[in-house]
Amino acid sequence: MALKISPICRLFVLLLGNGFSTAGVGIKFLYTLLSPDSNIWDYTWGHGTLDMGRNVIATVCGVVERVNKLVYVRSLRARYKPEIGDIIVGRVIEVAPKRWRLEINFSQDAVLMLSSMNLPDGIQRRRTAIDELNMRTIFVENDVICAEVRGFQNDGSLHLQARSQKYGKLENGKLLKIPPYLVKRRKQHFHHLDQYGVDLIFGCNGFIWVGEHVDVKDATVEDQVNKSDPQNTDSAILQGSSEEPTSTSLEIRQYICRIANAITVFAALGFMVNLEAVTETVTLSLSLNLGVHEMLEAEFHVQVAEQEVERRSKSTRRK
Amino acid sequence: MEYVNPEGLRLDGRRPMEMRQLRAEIGVVSRADGSASFEMGNTKVIAAVYGPREVQNRSQQMNDQALVRCEYSMANFSTGDRRRKTKGDRRSTEISLVIRQTMEACILTNLMPRSQIDIYVQVLQADGGTRSACINAATLALADAGIPMRDLVTSCSAGYLNSTPLLDLNYLEDSAGGADVTVGILPKLDKVTLLQMDAKLPMDIFENVMQLAVEGCKAVDSYIREILLENTKTLEIHRGV
Repeated sequence: MALKISPICRLFVLLLGNGFSTAGVGIKFLYTLLSPDSNIWDYTWGHGTLDMGRNVIATVCGVVERVNKLVYVRSLRARYKPEIGDIIVGRVIEVAPKRWRLEINFSQDAVLMLSSMNLPDGIQRRRTAIDELNMRTIFVENDVICAEVRGFQNDGSLHLQARSQKYGKLENGKLLKIPPYLVKRRKQHFHHLDQYGVDLIFGCNGFIWVGEHVDVKDATVEDQVNKSDPQNTDSAILQGSSEEPTSTSLEIRQYICRIANAITVFAALGFMVNLEAVTETVTLSLSLNLGVHEMLEAEFHVQVAEQEVERRSKSTRRK
Repeated sequence: MEYVNPEGLRLDGRRPMEMRQLRAEIGVVSRADGSASFEMGNTKVIAAVYGPREVQNRSQQMNDQALVRCEYSMANFSTGDRRRKTKGDRRSTEISLVIRQTMEACILTNLMPRSQIDIYVQVLQADGGTRSACINAATLALADAGIPMRDLVTSCSAGYLNSTPLLDLNYLEDSAGGADVTVGILPKLDKVTLLQMDAKLPMDIFENVMQLAVEGCKAVDSYIREILLENTKTLEIHRGV
């Protein structure tokens, strides 16, 4: 029952029942990708394909994509595929000499070097042995960190950097794990929801952070303030390790849980997660006066699905 | 005992060349990277795949390829009498090794160096042919996890009782003492990755029985492809653009 699928990049089939439009056709393993002219050399074969000499086969179960001469197979539920410059959220697994090892959803653990991290006092200087011994004051095991992919090491693992103020330890919030294929690479991954007072970070590796809003101070402003007022350096150092843990208000905590549940519902239904959709879902749940835990019930899943159908049919109508 | 009656029907009413009913489902274990459940008649098996992920035992890390680990276990309630020891007994260790070698032959391990792929297979209901059902379930789970493979591995068993080659033996036929041939193939590449047999068979009859098992494997292959295609289409539709 092998289907012969011509190598057109996407087949659009409109499902009349619920207005969903299907994009692409899943191809199965060992699908012989031969163009009608039987000429393999016309194309460049990318990820997910294997050149077997006489023909080219797909090695993963996924959707065939074609960009000009490049043909590749995009698998759906696979692990994260990193690219340089991606914003990711990870959890510290190990504190090693001069580096931290983070768990991101990849085939190997990522490495955040001590030199790729801003020191708490904000001064740019060479890391000394004392800095190495004080690594635990910055991050410990099980901390959640936001960072950016700097590059690949020669053994294939990721090199991260967290040099900006917006990267670093994330506190007072919730970490969600969803399949990476539901998070699209966009220009903006950090979102601040004003009306709820919540920060939302969409990590490209499928880890999403929902937490209480933290004011990100501009690094240059802080340096100037520090230089002018030597007393402020003490307070700046203490900011990293706050002596009085501020508790989050109940209202903000409930909003955090609502947003987290909305994202969980989206991931369970397999829809692409983006900011507008999530905020609409939260508004929907508030308008229906649902309790936070009631969002995870089957009824709400159905309503979210209906909302998504509406949204997609609207966008196709606009096109 | 008569395993094939004069009309040509077996104990469960099947014909000698007939397979049991196949049922498969993908994505049954939500925490795993890939998972599947596979049923061949009354034999029900669940497979879960974790990986590729960081190698947990540094000494076993391989610099040029992925480490494939497999664990086969039978649930206490899977057989007629409740089992006392489900893991670690010789049969489970042997089958774990067999499944590992079979899957390792088809996974493109050199694309994922320094990582580890874990395959956990558990038998929920055992009625003969558990080895084959486990391999089929593991293939589906690996496909669900998006792990690159050379081809799907499908497996089927066949036997020889009452002078008739029988396809897809169940527990009663298996325990009859006749030969039981388990074959695992890469259908499109037409290569055999697993071939095991209990008892003895003359060469010419063995060739017939093995050919029958290979036909069974190809039937399983077309079914698995159907399931994977449907599953991928559904996921892609839901995801949207």
